[in-house]
Amino acid sequence: MSDSSKPFDQTQPRPAPATPLNPRRRGIVVGASGGIGAALSRKLAREGLTLALIDRNKNALQSLCDEINRAAGEPRALVYEHDVTQYDSVPDILRRAIADLGGLDTFVYIAGVIHFPAMDEFNFSEDHKMVEVNLLGAMAWMSAIAPLFQNAKSGQIVGISSVAGDRGRVGNPGYNASKAGLTNYLEALRNRLTRHGVNVLTVKPGFVKTTATLKNVKNLMFAVEPDIAADLIWDGMKKRKQTIYVAGIWKWIMLVIRHIPSVIFRRLSF
Amino acid sequence: MNITKNFTQLENFGHSLSAPAYLVQPNTTEEIYEVFQLAKKKGLTVTARGAGRSYNDVALTGGGIVLDMRGMNTITDWDNFTGLITAQPGTTLEQLWQKVEPDGWWPPVVSGTMKTTLGGCLSANIHGKNNFKMGTIGEHVVEFTAILPTGAEVICSPKKNADLFYSMISGLGMLGIFTSITLQMKRIHSGLLTVDALPVHNLHEHLSALLGGAPNNDYIVGWLDCIAGGKSLGRGQIHAARYLHEGEDSNPQETMKVSNQILPPRIFGVFPKSLLHYFMAPFTNNLGTWGVNTAKYIASLRKHTFRQSHAAFHFLLDYVPDWELIYGRGGLIQYQSFVPKETAEAAWTEVLKLAQKNKLPSYLGVTKRHRPDKFLLTHAVDGFSLAMDFKVTNNNRVKLHGMLQEFDRIVLQAGGKFYFAKNSETTAATAQSFYGNETIAKFKKLKKRCDPNGLLESDLYRRIFG
Repeated sequence: MSDSSKPFDQTQPRPAPATPLNPRRRGIVVGASGGIGAALSRKLAREGLTLALIDRNKNALQSLCDEINRAAGEPRALVYEHDVTQYDSVPDILRRAIADLGGLDTFVYIAGVIHFPAMDEFNFSEDHKMVEVNLLGAMAWMSAIAPLFQNAKSGQIVGISSVAGDRGRVGNPGYNASKAGLTNYLEALRNRLTRHGVNVLTVKPGFVKTTATLKNVKNLMFAVEPDIAADLIWDGMKKRKQTIYVAGIWKWIMLVIRHIPSVIFRRLSF
Repeated sequence: MNITKNFTQLENFGHSLSAPAYLVQPNTTEEIYEVFQLAKKKGLTVTARGAGRSYNDVALTGGGIVLDMRGMNTITDWDNFTGLITAQPGTTLEQLWQKVEPDGWWPPVVSGTMKTTLGGCLSANIHGKNNFKMGTIGEHVVEFTAILPTGAEVICSPKKNADLFYSMISGLGMLGIFTSITLQMKRIHSGLLTVDALPVHNLHEHLSALLGGAPNNDYIVGWLDCIAGGKSLGRGQIHAARYLHEGEDSNPQETMKVSNQILPPRIFGVFPKSLLHYFMAPFTNNLGTWGVNTAKYIASLRKHTFRQSHAAFHFLLDYVPDWELIYGRGGLIQYQSFVPKETAEAAWTEVLKLAQKNKLPSYLGVTKRHRPDKFLLTHAVDGFSLAMDFKVTNNNRVKLHGMLQEFDRIVLQAGGKFYFAKNSETTAATAQSFYGNETIAKFKKLKKRCDPNGLLESDLYRRIFG
């Protein structure tokens, strides 16, 4: 990953700088080429943000970037290849992205992996991967972003966690743990940064109709399209909310689930 | 040279724009060169910043390296016989006048604040209230030394390296960094000026007074009430000032003392001015400014003449410390246009009416008389300038942006120009239109010669020339 700190194409044009009357929020999206990531990136670009799109999937990233720039009619997105488990390369990519964007107002972490284990399967190697991508990658990025925003006394950090982080279920201990960790990390970050004028938004999606979910989950309860999810997340960002569920109904479902006593919960099959 | 690990969030003067940068304070020319080398290695951009008094993005480079030039602020040579002064670029106008005035000299051109640095003044090629007579500050530079991003040190004067002399002054810091500046001061015979204050009742009278008053005065400036409409559109007050001749001041040694020039820190001897901006903030809206402007206009109706110290006359903006904070969270921007004397009245009538129609009037309008100059990126015309301050809020950004684009169109049609110590919303197309393709091509050619790797790049440069 020695070249990871550089855009693929050094000649890609830099987005126009912000002015007082056209502040052009600038954002980084980590995990931009996945289902929600791509939908949210398109949405943010349509809302006028200039974006550094980061993902390990170089080809998908480049075509998303081209699509965004074509639609905007001006350079609005830049791409950076990066595997979030390469924690040490984060500061360099961040510096590069800020230099190319001309600043940073918004950070979104969407990178996430999920393995659906069988009910009697314990798979440390998959759990390890989920914790690395879903939690440690987020911590590596946010540890670099937080002091920056704290120093600037402004900014917004958006972490895509999951309803799965609200309870430990029989179905997926490793995933639950990674997302519970992320939810808690974001809460702590919020408690540290709110006093410095920084907004930290925790997004907890239920089912979103992405490739991974569609392939593995049979009963997609209250599932939303990625575009709808992106709209809901943007709405939460605009209102500078603290936690949102996607779709909103999950707020009530999880309220119930969070209060199921353990004596019952451990006998349930989900 | 080690750049600090963390970004520093830097702002424009109006607190309406901010960008993160690695802030480095060089103390020597060698250290500036080290920064260039580092920037090249890391693929970062560099821009110099003086006092940070510009209203736009000329001293910002988001994500890059900002050279805080205030560390190089030594006056290296002062000859009170010839009036030649040599100083480092971080030296402020405040340091400069306080050095020379007790010896009977005054900087020939100063801005409305004394906080600006010489390097910044040369980069923007500032003008004062005597532009029609003394030109820009560049016309009083005898010689300067600068370091180019290539590492070359150049000495420039109107005779030596004249192409660089006339382009680096006005060059917005994009060709090289000034390291030493020699200026010719102007002889004065008193620490006081004679000032006439007279009311003008509409825009026609306003511009006529500037035009007619200029030849008989050393300085002339107008306040324009941007809220008054109808027959009073463009009304305001003119201040015209003259130096005192030898003998007019019976005790020049006394009036030229710095202690008799400096602005008092308290009003009526008791109220600290550092608190004043808190009391002005509630008036910084359409209704409050209408009240303030009307009261100010009525007070100005009595024509009168008085004597005032140089510092008090020139540095009006320093009278209320931190005055820019009265504009609140969104900050302020300034829009200044320079229009030929033949077309100014029609153009600004349209501009002022448009602002009033949009209910976005400027809260402070200032007019001056100008003449052209020989510098490459000149903003001057044989005409007038009108500077307007606008409050920025979350709700007015889009509307104000649209209105300023309309202003640009009106000013361009009138053959006008803009000034990049001030305007923050000018587009590349507008700049191309008033500079002309030939000037821009010439500037870019010089840029390529002085800075082949494109290291010097402010956000303004990206906006206008990028």
